Amino acid sequence: MSLSIAQPISFYDSKKGLYSWIFSTDHKRIGLLYFYAISGFFLVAVALGVLMRLELIAPGKTIMEAKTYNQVFTLHGVIMIFLFLIPSVPAVFGNFFLPIMIGTDDVAFPKVNLLSWWLYVIGGLFALSTLIVGKGAADTGWTFYAPYSVRTGTNVTLAVLAAFILGFSSILTGLNFIVTIHRLRSPKMGWFQMPLFSWALYATAWIQVLATPIIGITLLMIAAERVFGLGLFDPSLGGDPILYQHLFWIYSHPAVYIMVLPAMGLISEMIPTFAKRTIFGYKAIAYSSLAIAFIGYFVWGHHMFTSGMSGPARIIFSILTFLVAVPSAIKVFNWVATLYKGSILIKTPLLFSLAFIFQFLIGGLTGLVVGALATDVHLHDTYFVVGHFHYVMFGGAGFGFFGALHYWFPKMFGKMYREKTAQTAFTFMFIGFNMLYFPMLILGIMGMPRRYYDYLPEFTTLNVISTVGSWILATGIIIMVVNLIQSARKGEKAPENPWGGTTLEWQTASPPSLHNFDREPVISPNGPYDHS
Amino acid sequence: MFSNASNFVQGVDLTFAIILGASVFFLVTITAVMIWFVIRYNRKRNPVATQFHGNNKLEILWTIIPTLLVLVMFYFGWAGFKPMRDIPADAIPIIAHAQMWQWNFEYANGKTADSLVVPVGKAVKIDLNSRDVVHSLYIPAFRIKEDVVPGRTNRMWFIANEVDKYHIFCAEYCGDRHSNMLSKVVVLPEDEYTKWYNDTLSLASMHPGLVALKKNACITCHSLDGIKIVGPSFKGIWGRSETVVTGDQEREIIVDEAYITHSLIDPNADVVKGYNKGLMISYKEILSEQDIKDIIEYIKTLK
Repeated sequence: MSLSIAQPISFYDSKKGLYSWIFSTDHKRIGLLYFYAISGFFLVAVALGVLMRLELIAPGKTIMEAKTYNQVFTLHGVIMIFLFLIPSVPAVFGNFFLPIMIGTDDVAFPKVNLLSWWLYVIGGLFALSTLIVGKGAADTGWTFYAPYSVRTGTNVTLAVLAAFILGFSSILTGLNFIVTIHRLRSPKMGWFQMPLFSWALYATAWIQVLATPIIGITLLMIAAERVFGLGLFDPSLGGDPILYQHLFWIYSHPAVYIMVLPAMGLISEMIPTFAKRTIFGYKAIAYSSLAIAFIGYFVWGHHMFTSGMSGPARIIFSILTFLVAVPSAIKVFNWVATLYKGSILIKTPLLFSLAFIFQFLIGGLTGLVVGALATDVHLHDTYFVVGHFHYVMFGGAGFGFFGALHYWFPKMFGKMYREKTAQTAFTFMFIGFNMLYFPMLILGIMGMPRRYYDYLPEFTTLNVISTVGSWILATGIIIMVVNLIQSARKGEKAPENPWGGTTLEWQTASPPSLHNFDREPVISPNGPYDHS
Repeated sequence: MFSNASNFVQGVDLTFAIILGASVFFLVTITAVMIWFVIRYNRKRNPVATQFHGNNKLEILWTIIPTLLVLVMFYFGWAGFKPMRDIPADAIPIIAHAQMWQWNFEYANGKTADSLVVPVGKAVKIDLNSRDVVHSLYIPAFRIKEDVVPGRTNRMWFIANEVDKYHIFCAEYCGDRHSNMLSKVVVLPEDEYTKWYNDTLSLASMHPGLVALKKNACITCHSLDGIKIVGPSFKGIWGRSETVVTGDQEREIIVDEAYITHSLIDPNADVVKGYNKGLMISYKEILSEQDIKDIIEYIKTLK
């Protein structure tokens, strides 16, 4: 181990100017490029969500027409899924931290990494362009179900092309991570000495590589059907709408794990650091990531329990769906056990992690309700499902993302965020989130279908509570964003290792220099969370 | 919960209660333990953490117990669901026609209605038929739902146990007026149902053109009173001069017999300016020549 060189130049200062960023092949810069783009899209989709809730504060028309509402919820879904959730954790934190955490200086294919960011930007622009060209943004829902998506006059073709391009971005990121983990991992780091975040990214990357091509070709088929009148999914042309649903969910269910697995990896990083002890059940958590990725391929049919699929198919998909719950439960038990006899420091990243566990539990347990055949028939396509997946996606993946953003903020920006303000923001977000989505579970049980512009008077009270929740949540997000921007500008300078973390990124400068390590990193033989 | 509205409610609600009970137990226990750890092992109280890597017995325990539990949940879900697929042979057959954005129910004797009228205590089976996109027939009080998919016939069945009225929703997103695609189940005592079923005369007093318009969901998009919904209102349209879009060209036409007939057969050919293509299906195979004549005669009366 050599002594650190005096004042290494950070990756921010190694080069200057716009071109040095948008054509950079440095994994940290690409991570930040993704971060800025993803944050922008996220805030747009949040604004759309707030507008939807405002429309639903009372039955009948409140602020927009039905058609506009349908376009708004479609764009909200498309942006949140394809432009925020799918890329979020791997593209931002994976790019920035994966190479550092496994002790290397970049991903395996830096130029491909840059290409994937450009594909992301181009795909994003395609998605947004549906707003200004043609006959208005798509009004199909993010699922693009045929034959409605084949027949509607809105800009579906452009929207599916956007998702098609974004798919390539995702595939390339996944491919890059697989090769990076196999080939560039520090020779001193065995598979079971890798941080659990890299395990989560590894499992996710395989889903990205293997499942994404299916959605790509399926969406292209929708475009071909619209443009050339090929009869693939529209029965009036000789196609089969159920075929579309199968093809769509063969990707889109595993995609749910693309969204949540990396966030689970984040929780496995943050809890040991703030409990100051090694993780409980390292191997169980690592294997459960692989198990979720694997079983997750075979459960897509649970989105189609009422589609007219055969009885035996429904039974098989239901039982597999229940089995995929087990590895998720194992993770939760191990996280909670990691707190046992720890020395726990309550900071914002830990608060987000605890909220993740609570909300992910609600999301997962409500998933059991819709995984069971009898109850799913009643609850399918109701607000229960909307509540369920927001608990997993936002309450889980989203909160994990925000937790990690605070956790790694000192490393990424070289400054400390203001802790008190961050905790205020968290409190607003936690209360607002639960107030927004919990009533949806009850509305669904009462029978209110989803994607409803208008509703019966008996659903009003819960919708009002939900809308008020959206204001509290939005307030929390605004406080968080303002706090982080101000902290990045004027925050206190961050030390190398503010939280006492044990993974390798805490052995780099804050922010790291261009080649990450200024001295050779020390890899503990006792695994990545060696707090002894 | 645990109403007796249909023969499926008990099975579904039992499954729900079992899963919900287990879920609440786990949610409360895990959250409480988590919060207790955070308080008990706070850095102030416990400055030095104890390091240990795990416990294989615990891992096995919390793999096996959840696996068994979810299998039990699966079983109840399956048991509650199974009767939904076993349709009795003697069930009363009804066809539900769905199209943007109306339900229409057709009975064995040819009678049609926009509500689902059924007798109490008798098995009813419904063949689901869509004329355009995917819809989904959802009766929350009965705990049943099945998608209405164009190009195939899905089926559902139930026994209504109480004389009452219940909501029907469309649960699969189908466009602008998806949330207005509502109807009702009307459960009648058996004798009243028989009377209703055999009374095919009351339709006769209605203009045959209006009957055809109602039966084919025309008036969910084209109002009779001048209000703009999705398509132009029928009121005052007869004989009016309109600008239509043919291909990319705009041209003037007069709404006459030829235009209405052509629009029913090829609805996307000449769309009135300001309205969208692609929403209306062709009625070429659905309406008879007489139906079209009746419709035109009726539209003439809407001044």
